[in-house]
Amino acid sequence: MEKIVLPDIKDLHKLDVYKANDGYTAIKKALSQSTDDIIDQVKKSGLRGRGGAAFLAGLKWSFMPKTTDKPKYLCVNGDESEPGSFKDRQIFDFNPHQLIEGTLITCYAIGAKTAYVYIRGEYHKWIKLFQKALDDAYAAGFVGEKMKETFNTDFACEIYVHKGAGAYICGEESALMNSIEGQRGYPRIKPPFPAQNGLWGCPTTINNVETITNVPKIINNGWEWFSKIGEPKHPGTILFGISGHVNKPGVYELPSGTLLTDIIYKYAGGVPGDKKILCVIPGGSSMPPLIGTEIEGVKMDAESLKAAGSSIGTGGIIVMDEDTELVKVLARISKFYYHESCGQCTPCREGTSWLVRILDRIAKGNGSSHDLDMLINVASNIEGNTICALGEAAAWPVRFMITRFRDYFEERVQKEVTLPVKNKVHSMRETAFPIAPQTQSLSRADFKKD
Amino acid sequence: MEFKFTTENQEKIKDILKKYPTKKAAVMPVLYLGQEQNGWISKEVMIEIASVLEITEEEVFGVVTFYTMFFEKPMGKNHLQVCTNVSCMLRGGYEIYQQVKEKLGIDNMEVTEDQKFSLEEVECMGSCGTAPMMAVNEDYFEDLTAEKVNEIIESLKEKN
Ligand SMILES: Cc1cc2nc3c(=O)[nH]c(=O)nc-3n(C[C@H](O)[C@H](O)[C@H](O)COP(=O)(O)O)c2cc1C
Ligand code: SF4
Ligand code: FES
Repeated sequence: MEKIVLPDIKDLHKLDVYKANDGYTAIKKALSQSTDDIIDQVKKSGLRGRGGAAFLAGLKWSFMPKTTDKPKYLCVNGDESEPGSFKDRQIFDFNPHQLIEGTLITCYAIGAKTAYVYIRGEYHKWIKLFQKALDDAYAAGFVGEKMKETFNTDFACEIYVHKGAGAYICGEESALMNSIEGQRGYPRIKPPFPAQNGLWGCPTTINNVETITNVPKIINNGWEWFSKIGEPKHPGTILFGISGHVNKPGVYELPSGTLLTDIIYKYAGGVPGDKKILCVIPGGSSMPPLIGTEIEGVKMDAESLKAAGSSIGTGGIIVMDEDTELVKVLARISKFYYHESCGQCTPCREGTSWLVRILDRIAKGNGSSHDLDMLINVASNIEGNTICALGEAAAWPVRFMITRFRDYFEERVQKEVTLPVKNKVHSMRETAFPIAPQTQSLSRADFKKD
Repeated sequence: MEFKFTTENQEKIKDILKKYPTKKAAVMPVLYLGQEQNGWISKEVMIEIASVLEITEEEVFGVVTFYTMFFEKPMGKNHLQVCTNVSCMLRGGYEIYQQVKEKLGIDNMEVTEDQKFSLEEVECMGSCGTAPMMAVNEDYFEDLTAEKVNEIIESLKEKN
């Protein structure tokens, strides 16, 4: 099977190797066509976003206004912080130039002259690797003002790296824009949508790293070629990251629609000790978990997973064997979303805290069936009542895990499991609503100059 | 203690400012510079950044308190970050965390007396496929075992 995003070519991260493999020919080809043509090709290719919502990339680009006196921007989302996701870092590592080339083509298509690549702060190593590739591309005249000469065109575009600083919520597109603007990473109320009112109030498009990396191949090989790979409604390959209880965890690039069981058993080498599977989360920790006995025949693409009662998310598959303590898993997942809630919306800020407290009670062996109902109730009251989708991300694992594993949880509501978690909470709780344990060394009063 | 950026860092700030249309947008990269120079983000660092970027001190404070990677107190020379999120937990993340905690005798966000080590329990670091993991300052150590953790800490003790 041909790989699109992470081809098996040695040293592809080096500029000369990338160039020897048709590198920077797609941008040249794109620049000779109209921007409408490019958007049309990407639309017809059926490329859907790989950042979680699987939205049609070409359609998103077409929302950008054609005429505006404001500058336009592209944000490339490499925040990658969803537990179970570790795919974008492979692109920074092994194929950064294809991401750069895709960024250039996307900028040309939407009329942006500046792109920010937002990379999570913890990825120091991958930021350096990507920055090195970017510096090389600048020096070779593929990016920036020198493009005009290199490609004999009047289009030029700057690409900058913006380093995050440890906040999952900054992966949400509007929080990401606030973060680039130098603010707290608070998601914005939509509408207005980024294409109308994004970075500094200007038209902005946000796409995931993997989405953008597909673009050069679509331009070079044609939309028809791309649209025939994998499932017609969600074509192309997907970088599936598989972790947890499997023998060979890792990232596998496979056609969309690959069977979940094939990924687990054929590629990831099955479950250690040949144990049975209790539960699988198919798309990063916020997606509804599937019951282990019901994964036979489930295909990994947006439509199939929807039909199976979950979602493709970021393609991060977490496998749990039959001996897994699900109460602990759920409590840990809830703790994560509690920790990452930005604190703007009451249902999310308070709700995630309730979920954690109830789950902690159950984990301590002091739970009851009533607590299970209460968890579902709290989760249901977060969903749909918040500014951003972190609300759903926090609610889904709880609601679906308890509904789907009700008997399991009923049995364990009074069994003790230990769970030590205590870390800095970066939200309004610290400053305005101090319900979380105080871990800060400074208070606002301290800070004021005397 | 007063804080001023070194001339070298002042030059770097000039370069950073070229990337953004507003000065305020430079606050995160400039905070990283401040943290690098000072070791952590003190009140004085924030005051200096506010004046360099011509924004209010509250704006800087708001950013610092929001992001976990800006330290509001001095951390150890080797800042150990152990992930305990799901994928790591399924492969022994908590055991590693417990081991480091006991070996160093410190709890989450604490620093050893000799200032050599500090510990932080972190959320998913994007190493789920090579779990369990821990980062020391900027470097990732993956596919950890109890022995490996021991070796890493011992070699850090010897080194500095
Ligand atoms: C809480 C939250 C976290 C998110 N984190 C990421 C992320 O780390 N990376 C990413 O690409 N998209 C993330 N997204 C989705 C983005 O908001 C956005 O939809 C995506 O980057 C669009 O790119 P795509 O259309 O190419 O998928 C997140 C969304 C939410 C609600
Ligand atoms: S849903 Fe949660 S994370 Fe999203 S804006 Fe509201 S409080 Fe913040
Ligand atoms: S869960 Fe630990 S690195 Fe992802």
